Amino acid sequence: MDAKERVARRVAREIKPGTLVNLGIGLPSLVANYVPASLGVFFQAENGVIGLGARPPEGMEDRHLTDAGGGFVTAVPGAAAIDSAMSFGLIRGGHLDMTVLGGLQVDERGHLANWKVPGKMVPGMGGAMDLVTGAARVIVAMQHAAKGQSKIVPRCTLPVTALRRVDLIVTDLAVIEPSEDGLLLKERAPGVTIAEIVDATEAILIVPDSVPEMDLAGGKP
Amino acid sequence: MKGALKPEAAAELIGEGASLLVGGFMAVGSPERLIDAIVARGTKNLTIIANDTAMPGRGIGKLISAGLVRHVIASHIGLNPETQAKMIAGELTCELVPQGTLVERIRAGGVGLGGVLTQTGLGTEVEQGKPTIELGGKRWLIEAPITADFALLGAWQADYVGNLNYMLTAQNFNPIMALAGQTVIAEPESIVPVGVIAPDAVRTPGVLVDHLLIRAS
Repeated sequence: MDAKERVARRVAREIKPGTLVNLGIGLPSLVANYVPASLGVFFQAENGVIGLGARPPEGMEDRHLTDAGGGFVTAVPGAAAIDSAMSFGLIRGGHLDMTVLGGLQVDERGHLANWKVPGKMVPGMGGAMDLVTGAARVIVAMQHAAKGQSKIVPRCTLPVTALRRVDLIVTDLAVIEPSEDGLLLKERAPGVTIAEIVDATEAILIVPDSVPEMDLAGGKP
Repeated sequence: MKGALKPEAAAELIGEGASLLVGGFMAVGSPERLIDAIVARGTKNLTIIANDTAMPGRGIGKLISAGLVRHVIASHIGLNPETQAKMIAGELTCELVPQGTLVERIRAGGVGLGGVLTQTGLGTEVEQGKPTIELGGKRWLIEAPITADFALLGAWQADYVGNLNYMLTAQNFNPIMALAGQTVIAEPESIVPVGVIAPDAVRTPGVLVDHLLIRAS
């Protein structure tokens, strides 16, 4: 199991039956692969569909039905097509139960930076600022480190996406819960020791006596 | 509704330096034939207000590639490297706006509201230079309304009075932008007799639409 699959499988465990969930592009979009249909979850794509489905069969794509990354998708029975004002009304208005987003950095306050690297990458925030501000629950799904650098840092050096404290960080090494007191180490990936996680993390972690291994079975049916 | 225009005739309405609201999300739901006609005419110094600048060769990306755009107001330009390169080279300027704020600023402009109060962007670079207000025990960012000289829409069907509907995710910003353009030009995929679009299925009432583009040949 590669690092991304591990993250996606663990995040899938967080998804509750019958909820509305928005998955970011890239790694977060893989989470849908581990959420069984029996869970009755609706995935939202902020470009305007509630009830996002899998990729269509080759040659049967419809250019009017794409996800927020512009890729072809299908819609599940019960899906709804909505305009952008409704889409972000759902997001900001507290109607979205969960969003899963990628991250460049998360810091000890639980602040996320994921939209800009000044002077290098200025893609724009898209819907990320609204999602982090408005979703009932925000989960950051990312690799623990990039190019040998910890992405979990004492203080974000990149521009933050919102002042809201994210609810959970899931990486290939650990599950971490930002809290009032700091970053709480909740779980470790199978075969990874606490010392290895602490070593790979630039931020200070609060380490409890017992840190269980992640459950990678995917979403509960 | 003033009648169906050829793309070239529609493009002639748009002068240099005009501001254009352009519907579409990564070019899905963008008025491609209208954009092609603007590129053919070479109308310069345009301000483009849209969710994104698509990618080179598609939708708004064609206006960017042709060097016709002076200013962009968008939520995301990351999938069009030309927009970023031209911004870095100083050939165009770009205001990045959170997507939900952008659509509400356009809606506010189109429905006669003086602005938007939102918590999105508080404490980030988006807040810089903008007023905030305390209301109901919370702090809100005040975002200004947006209107433009033209709204260029991509629709699925139009009828003879300009009522529009949209297909799936090709809807996106289009129905909101229909409210906020001084002149509204819609490019439907097909034009159908009045009544084919049932009143309950109309997403943009024809009273908002000034011109339709004639059917594609």
